[in-house]
Amino acid sequence: MTTTDDPYAATSRDTTEGRVYTVTGGDWESLVDDAQHDERIVINMGPQHPSTHGVLRLVLELEGETVTQARSVIGYLHTGIEKNCEYRTWTQGVTFVTRMDYLAPLHNETAYCLAVEKLLGIEAPRRAQVVRVLLMELNRISSHLVAIATGGMELGALTGMTAGFREREEVLHLLEHLTGLRMNHAFVRPGGLAQDLPADAPEKVRDFLKVMHKRLPDYDRLLTGQPIWQKRLKGVGYLPLDGCLALGVTGPILRAAGLPWDLRKVDPYCGYQEYDFEVPTSTDADCFARFLLRLDEIRISLGLVEQAMKKLEPGPVMVDDAKIAWPAQLALGADGLGNSLEHIRKIMSQSMESLIHHFKLVTEGFRVPAGQVYVPIESPRGELGYHLVSGGGTRPSRVHVLDPSFVNLQSMPAMCEGSMVADVIAAVASIDPVMGGVDR
Amino acid sequence: MSEENETPAAEPGGEHSSAELSTADEAVHEAHGGVVAGEARRGMFGAGDAGDTSGFGGLNLPAHVPQPTARPYGGWFDAFTDELVAAMAEKGLPADAVRQVTIDRGEITFYLRREQLLPMCRLLRDDPALRFELLSSVSGVDYGVDVPMRLHSVYHLLSMTYRRRIRLEVALDIDDAHVPSVVEVYPTADWHERETWDMFGIVYDGHPALTRILMPDDWDGHPQRKDYPLGGIPVEYKGAEIPPPDQRRTYS
Repeated sequence: MTTTDDPYAATSRDTTEGRVYTVTGGDWESLVDDAQHDERIVINMGPQHPSTHGVLRLVLELEGETVTQARSVIGYLHTGIEKNCEYRTWTQGVTFVTRMDYLAPLHNETAYCLAVEKLLGIEAPRRAQVVRVLLMELNRISSHLVAIATGGMELGALTGMTAGFREREEVLHLLEHLTGLRMNHAFVRPGGLAQDLPADAPEKVRDFLKVMHKRLPDYDRLLTGQPIWQKRLKGVGYLPLDGCLALGVTGPILRAAGLPWDLRKVDPYCGYQEYDFEVPTSTDADCFARFLLRLDEIRISLGLVEQAMKKLEPGPVMVDDAKIAWPAQLALGADGLGNSLEHIRKIMSQSMESLIHHFKLVTEGFRVPAGQVYVPIESPRGELGYHLVSGGGTRPSRVHVLDPSFVNLQSMPAMCEGSMVADVIAAVASIDPVMGGVDR
Repeated sequence: MSEENETPAAEPGGEHSSAELSTADEAVHEAHGGVVAGEARRGMFGAGDAGDTSGFGGLNLPAHVPQPTARPYGGWFDAFTDELVAAMAEKGLPADAVRQVTIDRGEITFYLRREQLLPMCRLLRDDPALRFELLSSVSGVDYGVDVPMRLHSVYHLLSMTYRRRIRLEVALDIDDAHVPSVVEVYPTADWHERETWDMFGIVYDGHPALTRILMPDDWDGHPQRKDYPLGGIPVEYKGAEIPPPDQRRTYS
């Protein structure tokens, strides 16, 4: 160990694998003098780094500026959500799963609820299904906007970030108006929805569509045609179709490699078979293709939102089964959102049985017949699957979430090894991992 | 298998080689009428320390055992199973590699012998009539301390060519939680198996680097096992403590 009085000086120690330097900044000269004959450097990037797309740690082995080996280290955001769900009722599980992939909360809620509904053998009413599609497509738009925005920021295109987050804010405002919360909605529930949409939902959605249709072409003007943006992304992070399949990669990365695999089309759920939409693909299999694909998917999602608004007909939003449906209807009172006064009046002063029923269903929950299901849906990042196991009780035996970020992040070494350090950033940004989903 | 002469009374969980195990596994499953996938429940509200005030004390619910489904299965399952059986015969895989077939809620589950898991996966991926190109997910399930063969390793396969999904399941004994790794057939299983090792302590033999992935490297225990100790919440009043979630009264 060599130290000097300078607190920022490089220190070094000899290990079995060679000399290891600890560099904290401002002391490159003393390091370079010593190490200039050894080309191989292992650097640790993250977990707290503005360009690693969240608390992701990358360990890169460099030769000069070329990455010879890359590995990602995850787990910094592990919160044990799967285990937590085992100690909550089936309904309470929604509030947990919505916090995993925090850029696609409504996809998580819907996939979880579809799985619980499959275990129960019920189907949500039509209006609930249409609203789910509406919310999921809005959510897809906001998620893709964040992917483009943070990807831009990581590559130095800061205007891309400010523009992306501005539009995403529009989506979040709309979602707040529709569901009550910007994120972590817990709006989709087993059997339907927590409550109906507000009366002015159609106007608000129309206003939003107008704004988005006006602003979406800006991204082409801002990024697509820009030479620096193209040079940073074209031919970078290449992953062909066979690599995608071997590594289990799904979503925009798979479609950018040429396979039109979209679960909304090939395995429809929530009535997606009634909607008219295309699945964009590309054969370039690089970061630029993925960027263009995400822009295209935003445009297609806007069309799907429009179609969903046309299909929105009045009707119930929760199954007509008093043993499953939440007993109270939420209503906005003077002190915020809560059980409707009508319901309180009924259970507190009119019907003892209603009170017992409310109490039992809210505290104990409903029982789900024993068995297991696997329900996949197409989240913005790919196949999001829920493997639920019920032992027949009021709580899940096991909630396993197959998160697309987790699977797709495995392809990082395949995309990066042999490229420049700067291309690692572009590749990770094009994978668009959400660490909340990766680590769960 | 060469253990035909072994005593079938081998104690599950005792000292035995893995070759010996399939016989012992079989005995365990026979004794319980099949693969047990759930915990038996007694009483209600978790109150066993005082008199039975709930009236539910005598309630006794047996553990869930997924029933084998008899032919015809219906849908594409029959044609698919015929193809699978033919392909297995062609490759020389024993017909009893599949211990049980269960169809539940429109999903087909093959309970496999663990020795045959890897060749079965290779067959399912490579046979032109099967073509399961994608391994969607590997997940562990722990059915609880009282369940024989309590750990399950569950694989969800997807055939993009035929648009079919199947589930493979291998039941394991907690004292011999070894299962062959499928990384060489499906490279995507790498992180899935590391996660399942991390959370359930299932050892995937042949995995290139079976290390913890979500928990810190020096962590003790496997958090998603049902008997993993959970922490309570200390309350700053007369040394009281809110018990851990698995020791609180429950309604399930």
